Amino acid sequence: MNNNQTPLIEVQNISKYFGNVIALEDISLKVSAGEVMCLLGDNGAGKSTLIKVLSGVHQHDTGHMLVEGKEVHFTSPRDALEHGIATVYQDLAMIPLMSVSRNFFLGSEPTTGWGPFRRFDVELADRVTRQELSKMGIEIRDTAQAVGTLSGGERQSVAIARAIYFGAKVLILDEPTSALGVKEASVVLRYIAQARARGIGVIFITHNVHHAYPIGDYFTILNRGRSYGTFAKADVTREEVVAMMAGGEELQELSHELEEFARSDKALAGKLAEMGHELENATQPAATIQARTE
Amino acid sequence: MPATQTTIVPASDERVRRVSPFKRLLGRPELGAIAGSMLVWLFFASVAGRSGFISAAGTATYLQVAAELGILAIAVSLLMIAGEFDLSVGSIIGASGMLMTILSVTYGFNIWLAILAALVFSLLIGFFNGYLVIKTGLPSFIVTLGTLFIFRGVTIGVTRLITGRTQVGGLNEVAGYNLAHALFASDITIGGGHFSVSILWWLVLAALATWVLLRTRFGNWIFGVGGDPNASRNVGVPVARVKITLFMMTAVAATLIAIIQAVAFSGADVLRGDQREFFAIIAVVIGGNLLTGGYGSAIGSVFGALIFGMVRQGIVFARVDADWFQVFLGSMVLIAVLVNNYVRKRAIRAR
Repeated sequence: MNNNQTPLIEVQNISKYFGNVIALEDISLKVSAGEVMCLLGDNGAGKSTLIKVLSGVHQHDTGHMLVEGKEVHFTSPRDALEHGIATVYQDLAMIPLMSVSRNFFLGSEPTTGWGPFRRFDVELADRVTRQELSKMGIEIRDTAQAVGTLSGGERQSVAIARAIYFGAKVLILDEPTSALGVKEASVVLRYIAQARARGIGVIFITHNVHHAYPIGDYFTILNRGRSYGTFAKADVTREEVVAMMAGGEELQELSHELEEFARSDKALAGKLAEMGHELENATQPAATIQARTE
Repeated sequence: MPATQTTIVPASDERVRRVSPFKRLLGRPELGAIAGSMLVWLFFASVAGRSGFISAAGTATYLQVAAELGILAIAVSLLMIAGEFDLSVGSIIGASGMLMTILSVTYGFNIWLAILAALVFSLLIGFFNGYLVIKTGLPSFIVTLGTLFIFRGVTIGVTRLITGRTQVGGLNEVAGYNLAHALFASDITIGGGHFSVSILWWLVLAALATWVLLRTRFGNWIFGVGGDPNASRNVGVPVARVKITLFMMTAVAATLIAIIQAVAFSGADVLRGDQREFFAIIAVVIGGNLLTGGYGSAIGSVFGALIFGMVRQGIVFARVDADWFQVFLGSMVLIAVLVNNYVRKRAIRAR
């Protein structure tokens, strides 16, 4: 699909250790412009560690990281941001008591005037916030309203819009839909599609296949710090993804166990029916005694 | 690849109700304090109006009390919005006033040089407070509670060591005193009331602080740092720098009060500024600033200080025993916090 273009970000055989704990082992992954890469995995699969490496919070121990073909070593989240890698965390980095436009520009406020009269250009901030949000299809009621008044989905969308406005080429979204209701989650998925349409590479971290499958172009599945590999959407079904996420063998084992339960349930049901019969017969003492001796 | 979605931007959102300026005012943090000021004024005007509370002279007295607290409260309010406390300001008033007086009177410095020394000293003290808070990660309440006693103790000890006394006078005989008096301690007579020039300092600083808070990058950072330091750090706000700068500004505000009082009284006392830290916090909280940071205004602290001044002087005009002042003050803090909580919930809730 996009194999001939240089990926925006690529990691090759990356490992990360915390003391003697192997958090990531031999992970490879790449995202090109206008692609959504879904990073899937159960809890403890290493998704968080991997995004922390990608966003500059942790440094990888072995392997290579390339941004647009050039090898990089991020030393801080700020460093990653300057390379165009923006991460929208679950907790969003938004301040509930501050207005939407003040949040949008926090840390990168536009200014006007010079010297001691240099001031925060509030009008520009309001206008740009409104524009950028409407580009994403969000109509904010009032840019002066506190972020705390927005719904969870709206907050996610503001955070995504902010990352894009400040020049993100790669957008890393950490479980953006996990705390949301069905309707709100679909709103956020639509913004991911918008971001992709604008040529941004998206890494979408989730453990919900039903959110990942409709939007993803590629799926990388992590399990216990290792990668099962990357699959293009055409090559894999939703069910296969689910199976791999849970760890194929484990899932087989689980279904085996479930069958076992069902069998023993059946046996139990049979036994109960038998006991019911016995109780019915219990009105006749002789029969009861007979049953007991049996 | 999905087709680019076209987004239709409506000229105006039908979900937007036109918000009247009055409704907007209701969402402001200082609203409670403005309403409170009116109530307190009406109360004392009716109770003590005949004994001079509403006269120009009466107004001048409570405005001066309000100003000398208000200058401090403005700085404390910015610091509180950034999520920090400074309890050591009372001691800084004592220390700066004494430093300036000893330098002038005992060592013969020109008063302006002494004032400059006191300002530099307060910047260092403020930096020390802020640096200690940032480096230790301890709550500023604890750190500055410690420095409150340390600064006061050092002031008393050093003053007694140098002068053998705890009060030093004679500042009015020092070179440069007249100009300093005109700038810091003179009166402007309007309608028979002698209005202290400190009121002017207070209002100018309030306007400056409000401008910084609402119209500069630094102001936006103050709100961010107080609202969520981690989130602010993630988007590149220099959290430590913002907080340390505000500690320094608070110490400078305390020193400005020390200068005003030293010049007005022509000397300093090691105990000057005692309990000012609490009064300043009271004024700031009455002014609608959130104790936990992230929300508030400098204007609110102006009205908080105004209420403080009106109650303190109003009680005198009403011929109530001044012993009851603290009861008034304490009750007002409790009421203010309850009102603030309500106002903040309104701000968070969708309007």
